[in-house]
Amino acid sequence: MTLLHIQHLTHYFGGLRAVQDFNLELQPGELVALIGPNGAGKTTVFNLITGVYRPTEGDIVFQGHSLVGLPTHKIISLGVARTFQNVRLFKELSVLDNVRIAHYTRAGYSPLDALLRLPNFLKQEERVRRETFDLLNIFGLDTAAETTAKNLPYGQQRRLEIARALATRPSLLLLDEPAAGMNPAEVEQLMETILWIRREFNLTILLIEHQMRVVMGIAERIKVLDFGETIAEGTPREIQNNPRVIEAYLGEEVAV
Amino acid sequence: MKSEFWKRWGVLVTLVLIFPLTILLPKFGVINPYIDLVLKYIGINIILTISLNLVNGYMGEFSVGHAGFMAIGAYAASLLTVWVFPRGLGAFLFPVALLAGGIAAGIAGLGIAIPSFRTRGDYLAIVTLAFNMIIKSVLENIEAIGGPRGFMGMEKLTSLWWVYLVVILMVFLARNYVFSNFGRGVLSIREDEIASGLVSVNTRQVKVLTFVFSAFLAGIAGGLFAHELQFINPRSFTILKSTDMLVMVYLGGIGSLGGSILGATVFTVVIEGLRSVLQQIGISQEWRLVVAPLMLILLMIYRPSGIMGLREFRFLIPHRERPEALAEQREQMRAGRAAKEVLP
Amino acid sequence: MEFYVQQVLNALQVGSVYALIALGYTMVYGILTMINFAHGDIFMVSTYLAFFFSTMILGLVAGLNPIFVFVLTLLVAMFGTALLAVVIERLAYKPLRTAPRISAVITALGIGLFLENFMVAFKPVGPAPRFLPALIPAVNYDIGGVTVSTIQIVIIVVSALVMILLDIIVRRTMTGMAMRAISWDKSVVPLMGISVDRIISMTFALGASIAAVGGTLYGMAYTIDPYMGIRIGWWAFISAVVGGIGNIRGAMIGGFILGFVEIFTPVFLPSTYRDFVAFSLLLVLLIFRPTGILGRPMAQKV
Repeated sequence: MTLLHIQHLTHYFGGLRAVQDFNLELQPGELVALIGPNGAGKTTVFNLITGVYRPTEGDIVFQGHSLVGLPTHKIISLGVARTFQNVRLFKELSVLDNVRIAHYTRAGYSPLDALLRLPNFLKQEERVRRETFDLLNIFGLDTAAETTAKNLPYGQQRRLEIARALATRPSLLLLDEPAAGMNPAEVEQLMETILWIRREFNLTILLIEHQMRVVMGIAERIKVLDFGETIAEGTPREIQNNPRVIEAYLGEEVAV
Repeated sequence: MKSEFWKRWGVLVTLVLIFPLTILLPKFGVINPYIDLVLKYIGINIILTISLNLVNGYMGEFSVGHAGFMAIGAYAASLLTVWVFPRGLGAFLFPVALLAGGIAAGIAGLGIAIPSFRTRGDYLAIVTLAFNMIIKSVLENIEAIGGPRGFMGMEKLTSLWWVYLVVILMVFLARNYVFSNFGRGVLSIREDEIASGLVSVNTRQVKVLTFVFSAFLAGIAGGLFAHELQFINPRSFTILKSTDMLVMVYLGGIGSLGGSILGATVFTVVIEGLRSVLQQIGISQEWRLVVAPLMLILLMIYRPSGIMGLREFRFLIPHRERPEALAEQREQMRAGRAAKEVLP
Repeated sequence: MEFYVQQVLNALQVGSVYALIALGYTMVYGILTMINFAHGDIFMVSTYLAFFFSTMILGLVAGLNPIFVFVLTLLVAMFGTALLAVVIERLAYKPLRTAPRISAVITALGIGLFLENFMVAFKPVGPAPRFLPALIPAVNYDIGGVTVSTIQIVIIVVSALVMILLDIIVRRTMTGMAMRAISWDKSVVPLMGISVDRIISMTFALGASIAAVGGTLYGMAYTIDPYMGIRIGWWAFISAVVGGIGNIRGAMIGGFILGFVEIFTPVFLPSTYRDFVAFSLLLVLLIFRPTGILGRPMAQKV
């Protein structure tokens, strides 16, 4: 069954049209990239999917559920997760807590359990701690569990963000410019990481990225936006040679 | 070996040992009535400070009208013990009255929680202030409970050992709340509310829980307060009282239970200490009321993080959450983990 | 019929004072996006400045024309209050411009309370209500069944003049334009060679001196006490919010609306309900239309 089906998605901010008739079908396991110049509406699409904004028009259906109008946390608990352009970690909290918070809907106990320290609470908290350590271990962050998030080096912060997103056990992962601020070596590692987590965690990935190496390197399908409109769609090869795309990006280097 | 036991149970043992002292010391005049009163005020203020700290400190919201919740708790508990409960049973039913006061305040907490979904920052501050004023105004207009003249007739049910027990219980509950899924949700709202929702935190649920619990605590404190003074009137619960609470929170340190305990203690002692100091120097008592606002201003400008900042006393952290325990767990898990495929 | 006209006049009188004070709140909010909770108490201090100066002058020099004393008192109160406001701004608000919002809010609250309790503790003032000397001859005229007093006329007329003057200042002078520019985009203004700090201080001074006009006028008609800042300041604040905080014309409209609430509530409900009505109005507005009548909505980018 189609994992994500977006139809005729249109969004206005007051009089400003941010997204116009955006359509997308994602099958489970796909890795699709969303590219376009700054301000093309890509992050807005992410915000619309995750419920930060309510679309002016259009429908977003995820695993058979319509996401339009649902509160953000509900959408996340249905299996959608995202990372941010500018890392939005909980800066003053520890690495451990950053990931544990993402277990909110799956914590398994009620406020009363917590207040009175009932056995259910103790059991579930232990489980959450274990799952969190496991996840952190995978990303090489478990030794830094006690570190305050703001004190982590940038690369580790990015990894923490991904780990935190994965803690919500998503089926669909939205990555917003994950390669921003990275040097070429880090970018290589990022590409491997993305492919690896897709495999290990059974994810479908929708990716916004400016660095063409990443896009051409791992995306199976690409959609190009400009001023909110979709101007091209296809395989990396097709997009590379598309004159409209090249024109929109005037001056942008396309490397494989 | 012995220190293992002490680490886990040390706090509890100490608290149990102190308990008989709270009964005996006042009874045999070792502590004079004035010290007894100050200790009780410290206890009440600790509960108030924790109450406000949950909302302002941990959640990063803007409540400046918490005295309203205290008022509701005070009146609700008093009405019960004076009008409803049979005289002789006052002492036994005191916990029930306190609980009722807390619950009544908690329900009012819902009244603030809901506007907080859509309102933020300065505006929420005004909402809470307006709420405080409205409660005071409503209480003044109900003749049946004394109107502006206040309500009296409560028995002096607030003894030192009662305050001691209630404070311990409230600190226990607050600590359990903070070191749980919900407490972490609270912190995430303070850090970044939108990101919080985007990692599955039900922010509305957390806000409701926190406001209600916070109001509940303030209501309990109100009940204790009413049965110490044996007289309450709406003027005791205005912005001035809310300001005292703010000073204690910011003095001790936001986001810290230990900070709340410290802030409440230091503030109460300073204000009471000033009473005798001013008397000695021959300055009128009215100058004491200038101290709290002045402290607040200086704190905000020079040390807004308070004494403790965001840190916590070791003994208030559940032992499984302490750094040593977490490190131990991590090492155990690393050792036990099979050579699993790790990230390239 | 006369009854209603009478009440409308009373509402205009009360509303004028609220409007004058509301202007101070709104102007500061406009440039700093900060609610100066101490403003109501600054108003209170202005009434005491008027009280002390007028009492002192009349005690020192005999046979002075009361109108002359009134004008002098007005000027002294305006100047003194403006000075106080600037001092507060420089000492307490300026260091907090980059701090989290709650720090400024709480500091403002603290300053307000400090002023109140200081005035209560300060011997020459004390908590007891005071009367200002009668500087405006209190003559009542009967016009078609409606009683109009000279004090009422003075209040309404002077307030209107001040508001018109302020409107001119804001729209026609460099300072006024700079104030409006800062409220739209603070970072651009220094690039035009204007000192933001100076404009901010001037805004505080302006708001405070207008409040002082309100204070002196208020003192002509009512008694003053150190706690009046709470009541009147809050009502003026609600006026500013009702009209749309940050909007000067809104503050004026809001002031009159609250004036009407004050005068007409006792007509329909027991007078002790006034606070309840005003604060409920505030609560409802904040929840459903926080930008007030004339305010502009703000969006947030994610």
